[in-house]
Amino acid sequence: MLKELVTPHGVNAFVGKLGDILVKAIDEPLGYAINWSRLWSLWPVHIETACCSVEFGAASGPRYDVERFGIIEAFGSLRQCDLVVVQGTITRKMAPRLRLVYDQMPEPKYVIAMGACAITGGLYFDSYNVLPGIDGVIPVDVYVPGCPPRPETLIQGCMLLQEKIKRMKAR
Amino acid sequence: MTAQLPPGLQLEKVDERIMTLNVGPQHPGSGHMRLIVQVDGDYIVACDPDPGYVHRGEEKMAEYRNYITNIPHLERPVIHDSCNILYPYCLAVEEILGLEVPERAKYVRVIASELNRCVYTMYWLAIYGIFLGHSTMFMWPAGDRELLIDLLEKITGARVTHAYFVPGGIRNDLPANFEDVCLRQVNYFEKRIKEYADIFYDNPILISRTENTGILSRQDAIRLGTTGSVLRASGVDFDIRKKEPYDVYENLDFQTNVLQSGDSYARSKIPWLDMLESCRIIRDALKKMPKSGAVRVKLKPNPKGGDVEVYRRVESGRGALGMHVISKSKPEPYRVKISVGSFRNLICMPYLLRGEKLGNMPAVYWSLNYWPVEADR
Amino acid sequence: MSSSDTTETNTKKKRTRKPRTTKSKTKKPEETTPAPAEITTPETSTLVPSEPEPAPAPVEEIVPETEEKVETEDVAPQVELPKFEKSLADKVTQKFGSKAEVAYIKQNRIRINVKKEDIKDVASYIRDELNFDHAESVSGVDYPDENKIEAVYHLGSYTDPELSKQILALATSAPREENPNPGRDSTRLPSLRDVFYSVEFHERECFEMLGVYFDDHPDNRRLLLPEDWADIPPLRKDFDIKGR
Ligand code: SF4
Repeated sequence: MLKELVTPHGVNAFVGKLGDILVKAIDEPLGYAINWSRLWSLWPVHIETACCSVEFGAASGPRYDVERFGIIEAFGSLRQCDLVVVQGTITRKMAPRLRLVYDQMPEPKYVIAMGACAITGGLYFDSYNVLPGIDGVIPVDVYVPGCPPRPETLIQGCMLLQEKIKRMKAR
Repeated sequence: MTAQLPPGLQLEKVDERIMTLNVGPQHPGSGHMRLIVQVDGDYIVACDPDPGYVHRGEEKMAEYRNYITNIPHLERPVIHDSCNILYPYCLAVEEILGLEVPERAKYVRVIASELNRCVYTMYWLAIYGIFLGHSTMFMWPAGDRELLIDLLEKITGARVTHAYFVPGGIRNDLPANFEDVCLRQVNYFEKRIKEYADIFYDNPILISRTENTGILSRQDAIRLGTTGSVLRASGVDFDIRKKEPYDVYENLDFQTNVLQSGDSYARSKIPWLDMLESCRIIRDALKKMPKSGAVRVKLKPNPKGGDVEVYRRVESGRGALGMHVISKSKPEPYRVKISVGSFRNLICMPYLLRGEKLGNMPAVYWSLNYWPVEADR
Repeated sequence: MSSSDTTETNTKKKRTRKPRTTKSKTKKPEETTPAPAEITTPETSTLVPSEPEPAPAPVEEIVPETEEKVETEDVAPQVELPKFEKSLADKVTQKFGSKAEVAYIKQNRIRINVKKEDIKDVASYIRDELNFDHAESVSGVDYPDENKIEAVYHLGSYTDPELSKQILALATSAPREENPNPGRDSTRLPSLRDVFYSVEFHERECFEMLGVYFDDHPDNRRLLLPEDWADIPPLRKDFDIKGR
């Protein structure tokens, strides 16, 4: 009777159950800790794509100062970054480069589409060289509308992203 | 041939030593463009600029919109200098439609465009500072330009994309009590930017990084058809505000800044000197401005021009900015060609960078006062 | 603080603090030769051995908005043409006769149409004798009705203070093809790069936007459009944009 229970399969199932319980017990606090640390050190890639970068620059200036929300104005390599802020229009020449940048970044990575152009093409909906939004190129987490969005709007978008990361399952 | 030479003195093929680097479009030092640079060790031997990453087809789009709906998208190439890029367009359309701008509107235009020039130059200065590794020079201008952005926001209602100039005048009058606020802010602003000399322009580190790098001689500056601060840093006294005064610039009291050395230091100093001049112009214009009056002539809903062709130019933050507008008796222009300073200055990049060290590239490149979005249109 | 005070103190400070700044008034106009020397001067003609010195720059007021006297050539006789601009245009027409056709003379603006075979000669003459030394822009314009593509060179001068207001538009046209094949069809123009060095990038742009191939241009590569652009040149009138 007991012998039947202690089959290899049974042991495996038991260990698996135990593991599940363990993971359940620490997953949530661990995931929370991981997400928390990601939250406050979002490093944007230094890729400027169009005129919205003016307001991105203003947002990292002293009056708006996104750094206090943990979005660090980064000038490093893209391999250390985890956030792409697509600052405006993506043209047909820029799109492959944007994808290349995105693909080279390590997981996890988040994308903010800033400006009407990055969302739908905006003012350039009928231009021959502009993509109608960047959803076809890279997946977007947060859309920040405006032409250009005010720095406050961008900061709000960043905080929305942080909110989203907080609720994500840590990978 | 090479075998006969003693070891160590053999000739080697130059090509094998030369490496090609792509600087941009994702690069802290490049902005929205790519420079294909060939380096021999630390020295640049050739440079081939590759713009076009923000080419959005403004000129084609302008052919499908009428004169008024063209305004918002024609200012997009330089949104932080939007008054100045709309200026030649408005002048050209006024000439096509035969409009006479009211006197007060002319002064308000001058004030707005000078404020905007400062806003542009401060942004450029902030970027120049951060690319030279001078973080204070990013923070100070980025903070101080908000002062003038506030002023412009008061006038036009938007932070950067003003769409304030319309053919026949300006969109709306100045708010009440604007003159005093403007005078106060501009005086404070002037005091602030004078302090930049202490931390930036007289800073020995900056001087050693920028002086004698990327020298453009007077002949070359003329031959390459450069414009704006690049031209004036090379000793050519040419400012369209003085040479072909538009609106009321001939009544105002200011001077052109010319430096002779033609290096990156001079190129980075000219815009700063221009900002001091702009403050003078604004004060003078505020004094001479008619205190009341119309600011705009009434336009018909879909104005049509005759069969004419107009080329008007103004001095923008980056040099001459010309618009070639061809009208063919239709509500839409037949062709709008935007001739921008950034695009004209692009041509001297291969000349300036040849023989420079790679580390000097940002210092030379950003001193050209180059805004890639505008160059690509 | 009254603003007159401030301006005065400013100028004083300026003078003491920035010795490298020269005032525009104090600068002497210099005569420099606009560089490269390898250009063939146009064949010597017997017509103009000594040109009359242009009258000292007409001191007309330059309020740009009072552009009521927009003259085209046909309407010209009634309204008086601006003198200095006329004298410039006359020099060109004297030299080249019927080859150079003056399209209009307005205040500070002249436009001269030439055939594409003569454009190099006319351009060298304008550079050497009239002192225009750089090109501000090259705008290509497509005229499907007249079956031509026009290239308009806007020339200006930095060295000659008299000419600093002037823009001389030198226009020429190339035949237009119904089915363009940029670089391989008959839409060709001689390049002005040897005459005005500054047109280099402008001509490259014109080539990709209108499909005008510039002979002798060393570098007719693509500039602004994406590398894989396979459509017809976008600024031609038969190129339609989305939804229009
Ligand atoms: S949304 Fe507006 S400001 Fe932003 S890139 Fe597009 S046009 Fe420029």
